[in-house]
Amino acid sequence: MYKILEKKVLNIDVDLMVVEAPLVARNALPGHFIILRVDELGERIPLTIVDIDGQNVSIIYQKLGYSTSLLGELKVGDEILDFVGPLGKPAHIHDVKTVLGIAGGVGAAPLLPQLKEYAARGIKVDLVIGARNKDYIILLDKYEEICENIYIATDDGSLGTKGFVTTVLTELYKTKKYDQTIAIGPLVMMKFVVAMNKKYNVPTDVSLNPIMIDGTGMCGNCRVTIDGKTFFACIDGPDFPGEGVDFDELIARQDYYSEEEHICNLKLVKK
Amino acid sequence: MKGPRTVMPVLDAVVRRTNFDEVACGYTLEDAQLEASRCLDCKNPRCIAACPVAINIPKFIGELIEGNLDQAYFTIYDDNVLPSICGRVCPQEKQCEGACIVGIKGEPVSIGALERFLGDYSLENDVLEKRTIIDNGIKVGIVGSGPAGLANAAEMRKKGYSVDIFEALHDFGGVLKYGIPDFRLPKDIVTTEVNRLKDMGVKFHKNVVIGKSITIDQLLNEEGYQSLFLGSGAGLPSPLGVPGENLSGIYYANEFLTRVNLMKSHKFPESATPVKIGQRVAVVGGGNVAMDAARTAKRLGAKEVFILYRRDMESLPARLEEIHHAIEEDIDFRLTLNPVEFIGENYRLKQVRCEIMELGERDKSGRRRPMPTGTYKTFEIDSCVISIGQKPNPILKESEADLEVDKWGRIVTDNHQTSIPGVFAGGDVVSGAATVILAMGAGKDASVEMDKYIKSKQSE
Ligand SMILES: Cc1cc2nc3c(=O)[nH]c(=O)nc-3n(C[C@H](O)[C@H](O)[C@H](O)COP(=O)(O)OP(=O)(O)OC[C@H]3O[C@@H](n4cnc5c(N)ncnc54)[C@H](O)[C@@H]3O)c2cc1C
Ligand SMILES: Cc1cc2nc3c(=O)[nH]c(=O)nc-3n(C[C@H](O)[C@H](O)[C@H](O)COP(=O)(O)OP(=O)(O)OC[C@H]3O[C@@H](n4cnc5c(N)ncnc54)[C@H](O)[C@@H]3O)c2cc1C
Ligand code: SF4
Ligand code: SF4
Ligand code: FES
Repeated sequence: MYKILEKKVLNIDVDLMVVEAPLVARNALPGHFIILRVDELGERIPLTIVDIDGQNVSIIYQKLGYSTSLLGELKVGDEILDFVGPLGKPAHIHDVKTVLGIAGGVGAAPLLPQLKEYAARGIKVDLVIGARNKDYIILLDKYEEICENIYIATDDGSLGTKGFVTTVLTELYKTKKYDQTIAIGPLVMMKFVVAMNKKYNVPTDVSLNPIMIDGTGMCGNCRVTIDGKTFFACIDGPDFPGEGVDFDELIARQDYYSEEEHICNLKLVKK
Repeated sequence: MKGPRTVMPVLDAVVRRTNFDEVACGYTLEDAQLEASRCLDCKNPRCIAACPVAINIPKFIGELIEGNLDQAYFTIYDDNVLPSICGRVCPQEKQCEGACIVGIKGEPVSIGALERFLGDYSLENDVLEKRTIIDNGIKVGIVGSGPAGLANAAEMRKKGYSVDIFEALHDFGGVLKYGIPDFRLPKDIVTTEVNRLKDMGVKFHKNVVIGKSITIDQLLNEEGYQSLFLGSGAGLPSPLGVPGENLSGIYYANEFLTRVNLMKSHKFPESATPVKIGQRVAVVGGGNVAMDAARTAKRLGAKEVFILYRRDMESLPARLEEIHHAIEEDIDFRLTLNPVEFIGENYRLKQVRCEIMELGERDKSGRRRPMPTGTYKTFEIDSCVISIGQKPNPILKESEADLEVDKWGRIVTDNHQTSIPGVFAGGDVVSGAATVILAMGAGKDASVEMDKYIKSKQSE
């Protein structure tokens, strides 16, 4: 059992949790993730490791559906039944001079450890962060510690530019050039960012979030097509160069169980 | 010539299609003794030589006939710590029963069914050999809790070692838990067997991925393990390598079976993991995994389930009993067909296109080789389960450059010893996908080498 040591509400949908998990913390690097199961009949869900402190691991999750909502009901002192990691390959940290992070919604959480790593190596980092409205912009204080410039976009214009991260990028690229970008957010966002960056000849790393079960290469549920070849996101990724990713296929795969997820959510309402 | 076999009762084929209850119901004591009496107690028992762990079959059969059930169980347990499991899943017709002398003119003795009877007898009546283990305090670690790891653990513990099993998943048993369905191997049997090892003092650790959570190097050099056994299996699915394979609705057997067996998706939404199979299901392959997938799909309510296999009926590698049960359960066998393309609409599977094969000369395996004909047939389907084989996952190798593996990712061993001193391996991770009893045999044999290795190191 894995004890919850701290819990912080970041916005109405998103919490941060610090969990005691020495064997996850021991070898974890930026880009690694965990898979947890809240209770005996629970799903196995993947979440990125956001921070490591000694034996403790921080995760940030958006209460999107049944399992993340169930997790959100736990309090400090409660225990999570299963918590395994670190899984996946650590992020590729490129040898470059300037990096732009591009975060959409809760994507700001998995992006943080990667940008931190770049900053720690003395590389200049900027950030474009987007969300529905100002309440959904998370972790700004953490990013302010490591970024030179932060550009914000909200769908409704309640903070920063009104529009999407791509709206900001169009303006930004008029005056600035980056050696590398990392885009993490909803699949559609990553798809559009990659398409745009291709036009500007900027490479984009993405972090893919297909449906997973075991996280050890056993089930094949997490497979993605990149440049016509199949990769398993849990053991080959989840970080990949975004250019060759078949986003449309992945969006369809992620959506395959949407009706069942809806049924699960009805269970929450009943509770 | 001996009379016919004592038939084991099975659940009605129509009823069982709707549930996950075990199909074969097992012998009563009378059934078992009647069947046991068919054994000739051979002077040179061919059956023993054909059992990968060389169980003294005529001896336990004799003890069973005498009604000495405890002793009969101990005789098996000496060579096989999981009789309830092997009695159910061994391909007996290719092993012990295939060699039985009675089988030459008639039907062989049902050795597997007798073994199962005694295993179940011991589980139900809590019959356990009293054995005092003298702890030697020396730590050994085991990677993976499948049959290879479990057999190795039992042997090492009997020798007095302090044994830790590390398992990546949240439950123990490997394929016995996540792969083989309940209707063939009820999960509580696996759990009970695991608990017996716990009672012996073996320590089980779930949610630990060796190579990630902690590495082989860290176990040996920082945590004081004197020797390790790698029994991490062959879990990585092999792709068909045809266009459209990543469409939604196409599963690898592991995903499909794991959703049902490990995650209990047939109880959705009570259990939170769903599974979706639709009405028309194609299963590609002809082995145990394919039979399990097809029969599981049927139980989830699919109307039409068919096997696509590129050879003929007699070449099917699955256990005979599973093929019979599949036929009874209305699984359709569409033979000499080889899938060449999946066709979808909006990335959802709609059709599978197959090339019609022709059978040529017999190949090395003795089966007639399928040859392409250039003619095709297309089937409308809602989902497809690919069940054509597995290889080891790359996690251990990627974390330990010194660990030698072959081009299929299988760990290379010499007498169970890997390329890293003190590290041994066995089971599917060495052989590629094989059988439960071969994995157990490897785990057991490796324990002898591990014991020798540790003793020789200590006398240095
Ligand atoms: C490597 C990786 C890292 C991730 N990191 C984070 C993170 O740091 N913070 C965060 O909030 N989310 C993260 N996610 C996404 C998170 O796993 C899903 O939001 C979560 O599983 C949703 O479960 P649910 O039951 O609450 O919602 P559901 O209603 O079941 O599903 C909502 C969405 O999540 C997807 N999903 C459902 N089950 C799974 C599953 N088992 N695996 C992956 N996706 C699934 C569905 O396709 C759907 O689009 C990550 C995903 C991956 C693969
Ligand atoms: C659906 C199906 C049906 C089958 N039916 C039969 C049958 O009827 N009869 C028969 O004899 N055989 C059958 N087999 C084959 C048989 O199950 C295998 O040969 C046997 O389980 C192999 O045992 P193992 O211990 O080597 O590996 P596994 O049973 O695969 O166990 C390996 C374990 O190691 C864990 N692991 C992997 N990597 C790591 C890591 N890095 N760290 C920690 N843990 C790790 C895995 O999670 C797994 O639990 C079947 C297989 C399948 C898939
Ligand atoms: S372990 Fe398998 S092969 Fe050996 S006697 Fe038992 S059923 Fe036969
Ligand atoms: S070969 Fe058959 S008859 Fe002979 S001892 Fe073995 S089980 Fe009995
Ligand atoms: S999550 Fe199962 S193979 Fe990647």
